[in-house]
Amino acid sequence: MAKRPKHFGMLAEYETAADLYHACEKVRDAGYAAWDAHTPYPVHGLEKAMGLRSSIIPYIVCVMGFTGAGLGFLLQFWSSTVAYPLIISAKPYNSYPAFVPVTFELGILLGAFGAVFGMLGVNKLPQLYHSLFNSHRFARFSDDRFFISIEARDPKYDGERTRKLLESTGATAVEEVED
Amino acid sequence: MSAHDRHGPLVRHEQVHIADDSPWKKAPLLFGAIGVAGLAIGFAFKGNDPAKFYSSYLTAIMWGLAFGLGGLWFTLVQHAVRAGWSIVVRRIAENLMLTLPVVALLALPALIFGAHDLFHWTHAEALAHDEVLQAKEPYLNEGAFRTRAFVYIGLWSLLALAFYTWSTKQDTAADPAPYAHRMRYWSTIGILVFAMTLTFGAFDWLMSLDPHWFSTIFGVYYFAGCVSIVASTIALTTILLHRSGYLRGVVTTEHFHDLGKMMFAFSVFWGYIGFSQFFLIWYASIPEETFWFSYRGHGDWLTLSLILIFTRFALPFVGLMSRKIKRNPRTLGFWAVWIIVAEFLDMYWLVQPSLAHSRNAEHIRPDLFDIATWAGVAGILLAVFTWGLGRHALVPLRDPRLEESLNHENF
Repeated sequence: MAKRPKHFGMLAEYETAADLYHACEKVRDAGYAAWDAHTPYPVHGLEKAMGLRSSIIPYIVCVMGFTGAGLGFLLQFWSSTVAYPLIISAKPYNSYPAFVPVTFELGILLGAFGAVFGMLGVNKLPQLYHSLFNSHRFARFSDDRFFISIEARDPKYDGERTRKLLESTGATAVEEVED
Repeated sequence: MSAHDRHGPLVRHEQVHIADDSPWKKAPLLFGAIGVAGLAIGFAFKGNDPAKFYSSYLTAIMWGLAFGLGGLWFTLVQHAVRAGWSIVVRRIAENLMLTLPVVALLALPALIFGAHDLFHWTHAEALAHDEVLQAKEPYLNEGAFRTRAFVYIGLWSLLALAFYTWSTKQDTAADPAPYAHRMRYWSTIGILVFAMTLTFGAFDWLMSLDPHWFSTIFGVYYFAGCVSIVASTIALTTILLHRSGYLRGVVTTEHFHDLGKMMFAFSVFWGYIGFSQFFLIWYASIPEETFWFSYRGHGDWLTLSLILIFTRFALPFVGLMSRKIKRNPRTLGFWAVWIIVAEFLDMYWLVQPSLAHSRNAEHIRPDLFDIATWAGVAGILLAVFTWGLGRHALVPLRDPRLEESLNHENF
């Protein structure tokens, strides 16, 4: 097992969404990569302030959707031409228009699976333990406070300098969080 | 996002008013000339083959009507759902809606003088030997048909002119609120009227070309085309206005993205409705329903049918899927033109096979009538549209939700 850092990282608390927004811009410009913002509600445009890349979920959904549609079609093609060929209302075995609804539905189904489970996977959920909850202050992220966490595994992380950066962004409190 | 001056106007005058020396001000005259010339050529050569002329003319008219009907639908729905994002492009839809009374009037010659050439059921001798037509006679007779045409055209014109007048009056009104409330109140009633008239209009003017055939979903099929056309035309017009220096910073990438979503969604919707219509008829395989698809499945018409599936559904579906494509004016403009052209193919496919079938013609030969009537209708349509654009501001200046629309962002 790889040696883990002693501390999870640094946590900064803000009182308003605007403070957090501008703080995110500063952390982004300082070049950090392993960090996150925590808010009680979605803050418009925060992804730009954080410099986040666009999500890969659409590509997962696209691949899954076309896979579902392809498999759905093959399932019907195979069962009605190879496994159990039956003549139904004088139509050919491979009556592909009849396969369209199921093909469509399976495309939707696997696309939706891709969206839901892809989202969970990208967010690393479900997660039973997270170091941030070691902070008592952090509990208010789901109520009335805004937080930025910078992880110690970030190559730019440096205890004192990171603390100074966060303090300079108008944080009401900055603390180290145990792993 | 940014805080902004509550006392100043939300948009600058030169952003939303077309200047007098702009080419856009000359466009109505140019398009008008093309339109009149196209129609004149069409009518001048009508004697060569009246049935083919009216067939081409109806194709062009139904395509042209889709712009106005789409614009009317867009305007009504944005009011009804109190949409915020769309305010900055609503005036363009309203100008499209303004073409509705004119194009609907252009339809009258085809529906009155061309009825005998277009509609088999108007012939007394056909009626005498046809039990199906006799049974449908209470609905499908020339008197009722004409009355309904006047009712549709009257209601469409009334709705279009009322909403256009209210919206433009609001631009200069001291208090914009009463206009906003009035438009929202009437929009829901308008949608009901719109849905009924569009459905029965499509039954009367397109489906009754083949009076034996029936499809209850037919009105929705035509509606899908109207919405595709309006989203595409708004996007295309805005891209062109941007190039001339208008609406910059007013209509943004975010609005293009949403218009792109509508173009994508209603291309898929068209495919969904078109397939639903085909699927049940194919599955049941009853001759009195299948023949309509049967003669579209032979010769050149089969080729056109297959081309239509790809141009109207499959290619826009794949092409418009990406977020980047919807947010890039060049690629979005390409698909907007594509959809508008594909919609014309769809109208060609709806109208013209019934005449070709009665003549046993399996070949498609686009002729002078097709080009002249298309240029005629497109010219008149664009003349009214560009004239409207030049007359008033390009956005509803005093709409209560204008600020919301200017700041609109997608996630």
